Amino acid sequence: MIAYVLRRLVAAIPVLLVVAVFVFALLRLAGGDPAAIIAGDMATPQQLADIRARLGLDEPLVVQFFTWIGQFLSGDLGTSLISRTPVSTLIQQRLEPTISLAVTSIILTVVIAVPLGVLAAWRHGGLLDNFVSAATVLGFSVPVFVVGYLLIQLFANELRWLPVQGFRPISEGPVPFLRTIVLPAFTLSSIYVALIARMTRAAMLDVLGEDYVRTAHAKGLPERVVLFRHALRNAAVPILTVIGTGFALMISGVVVTESVFNIPGLGRLTVDAILARDYPVIQALILLTSFVYVLINLLIDLSYAALDPRIRY
Amino acid sequence: MPVAPNFRRALLAAGALAALLPFAGIQPAGAQEVRAVMHSAIRILDPIITTAHITRNHGYMIYDTLLGMDENYQPQPQMAEWEVSEDGLVYRFTLREGLTWHDGTPVTAADCVASLERWAERDLGGQMLMEHTQSLEAEGDDVIVLTLSEPFTYVAELLAKPSSVPAFMMPARIAATPASEAIEEHVGSGPFRFMVDEFQPGVQAVYEKFEAYVPREEPASWTAGGKVVNVDRVVWVAMPDAQTSMNALMGGEIDFIEQVPLDLLPILETNPELTVSVVNELGGQTMGRMNFLHPPFDDPAIRRAALTALSQEETLAAFIGNPDYYNVCGSFYGCGTPLATEPDPSLIASGDTERARAMLEEAGYDGTPVVLLQPTDVATVSAQPVVAAQSLRAAGFNVDMQPMDWQSVVTRRASQELPANGGWNMFFTNWVVPEIWNPVVNPMLGGAGREDGWFGWPDDAALDDMRREFAAAETDEARLEIATRIQTHALENVIYVPLGEYRSPSAWTSAIGNVLPSPAPVFWNLTKSQ
Repeated sequence: MIAYVLRRLVAAIPVLLVVAVFVFALLRLAGGDPAAIIAGDMATPQQLADIRARLGLDEPLVVQFFTWIGQFLSGDLGTSLISRTPVSTLIQQRLEPTISLAVTSIILTVVIAVPLGVLAAWRHGGLLDNFVSAATVLGFSVPVFVVGYLLIQLFANELRWLPVQGFRPISEGPVPFLRTIVLPAFTLSSIYVALIARMTRAAMLDVLGEDYVRTAHAKGLPERVVLFRHALRNAAVPILTVIGTGFALMISGVVVTESVFNIPGLGRLTVDAILARDYPVIQALILLTSFVYVLINLLIDLSYAALDPRIRY
Repeated sequence: MPVAPNFRRALLAAGALAALLPFAGIQPAGAQEVRAVMHSAIRILDPIITTAHITRNHGYMIYDTLLGMDENYQPQPQMAEWEVSEDGLVYRFTLREGLTWHDGTPVTAADCVASLERWAERDLGGQMLMEHTQSLEAEGDDVIVLTLSEPFTYVAELLAKPSSVPAFMMPARIAATPASEAIEEHVGSGPFRFMVDEFQPGVQAVYEKFEAYVPREEPASWTAGGKVVNVDRVVWVAMPDAQTSMNALMGGEIDFIEQVPLDLLPILETNPELTVSVVNELGGQTMGRMNFLHPPFDDPAIRRAALTALSQEETLAAFIGNPDYYNVCGSFYGCGTPLATEPDPSLIASGDTERARAMLEEAGYDGTPVVLLQPTDVATVSAQPVVAAQSLRAAGFNVDMQPMDWQSVVTRRASQELPANGGWNMFFTNWVVPEIWNPVVNPMLGGAGREDGWFGWPDDAALDDMRREFAAAETDEARLEIATRIQTHALENVIYVPLGEYRSPSAWTSAIGNVLPSPAPVFWNLTKSQ
């Protein structure tokens, strides 16, 4: 399996390289000029040219690309053209809120969605199933920002239990952390709960009719064991795939939730950087995101083997 | 069901936690900490390299100026007193005692000379000042001597102006940074210190009271007078979502919002715990600029037809909506300012479609498309082109509106290519009134053409001559007369199209008092109760 992991990691290198070239080219094709953003409305052509020269933006694109790649390979992510802050510092500042939000949301999602999906499949066609189906349709249909504002209105404005906005790192203590993360995590979870509950229900329905489930019932095993230990384990592969992809999506950009709750995460950083044509920041963030996707896909694949003994690497 | 007891236990645990949450509040903001949401997040910290207003506002927190400007538009001593020689050619600025930089070193005349030189490289008014300057030198530690080569009477006004790039003072080692390169160190002598370690671009900027700052004794007035700081810290919190900032203000999580979106205003106005008011009465001017290099707007008759077709009232109604916060204004310099005069009503953008149609026909317009740049991502400039396109089409123009994000607009407007090859014919932007209130600082009232002119590039020597005449005028009456002539000339030639004035309300909690009216939001003078 170690050979498989190494092979997958090595295979990620060309993927990341292609992403790097693609992002670099796309950003330059998109137009926009960081120098114009820095200089503002009153800049003369000469002032713009001076700023471009200072930032190295007047170099040929090939030179700019290889300079960036060279820096990147030596571990230097560059410096923001706009704020002159090292990109590594920017990412470091924004990573914890995003990871915290993603992890909390995915935990909430799994804790709510998987049992819901299992129970809906178990009571297929019954009241519970209909309730879950209706709830998931609602979860899909209501935009995340609406959910966010509704939660803010109820828990922050009316009940005054939780703050409207902001983020407190877990290092400040679990209570401040939970107070600021709970509403955004519920908001972000809403759509994934719907998705994963439906996926779980469908996967469970596939396996509940299998012979081994009937055998388990015939052996007199408790319903809980049949459902969660036998059926769910065999239905887990597609569910896990969706959970993993959802987690990667949360890491790579949850702009709306971060904006509504004013969480200074990577999603907001990415959008800000794109609007300002802050090339080094965008390039680093997209490479980071790509790497996260590669890594999560690898972890998902590895977990298949843990869940299903028939899969071997 | 077997799972029920576990579920019940989990529910109880969650309930217990939820019960704890209301009593385990986030650390309350310190009693003397003001948390403010500004009109945008600050990312660029050098107030000389950029004209961004948020960076100018940051500048007023940590830097000081030799002169300030009071509410009567008069320059006043701030870091320095000044005197002028009888012939009007030598200005001597004497620094007041006890001025220190935030690193504890004394402010010297040499520091100020270096700061003025860097500022003048970047600022349009500063450039004009330097064109008239024979020498700028330090005399000892406390005196700065500016010797003019020819009469230029606008020196004090330029050093005091609160527009985009004010003449902020920095230590010489920092001011030695080329004006095209952002400064890396943020040390001023102003009323607040910038907390570098707490700065997160796009998230927050933190300022602490500079204990060694000695305010002037005069009462505060705009950027002049005593900058008395009554709070310990000011935190600028970035909040991209207006609804969130409004909720946070009502929930007491922040104290001040610099610009409240007008559609959310009714919610705040009905809250007795909040004050909603316009802090910057001068407000801004929205305007349209044509490209003088290419057809059809290389023809002054067609530019005049377009001016007649455009409507201030319709533009403002679409852009601002609430008549309490906008007004039609014919003056190029902002209504209510010292140089404001109402021009001939026939020259104002009045939306007279029939007349515009006749003028266009008379000018022989051949249907050349008018490429209009429309930013879609910035609320303050996205409505104007839509209204303009409608007005121009109604008058007979063939409008080609091109939507794009604002950063694409600012890049494309720098292109001098034909509109069909990536150039443009017209775009819209906004200015705060101190950026346009006289011909010296107004970047659009120049006629330097392709090489040195502002986007649109009119080649108009007469306009430049009148600007120089204005800068040399010795009396207020003479200035007013020349400014009025410039305005008439600019309207007749449609140098640009003023589309009216607007103001943005601010909002703050009842804990905040003594907010100082000013062209730039300032945090001295204000108080915060417990």
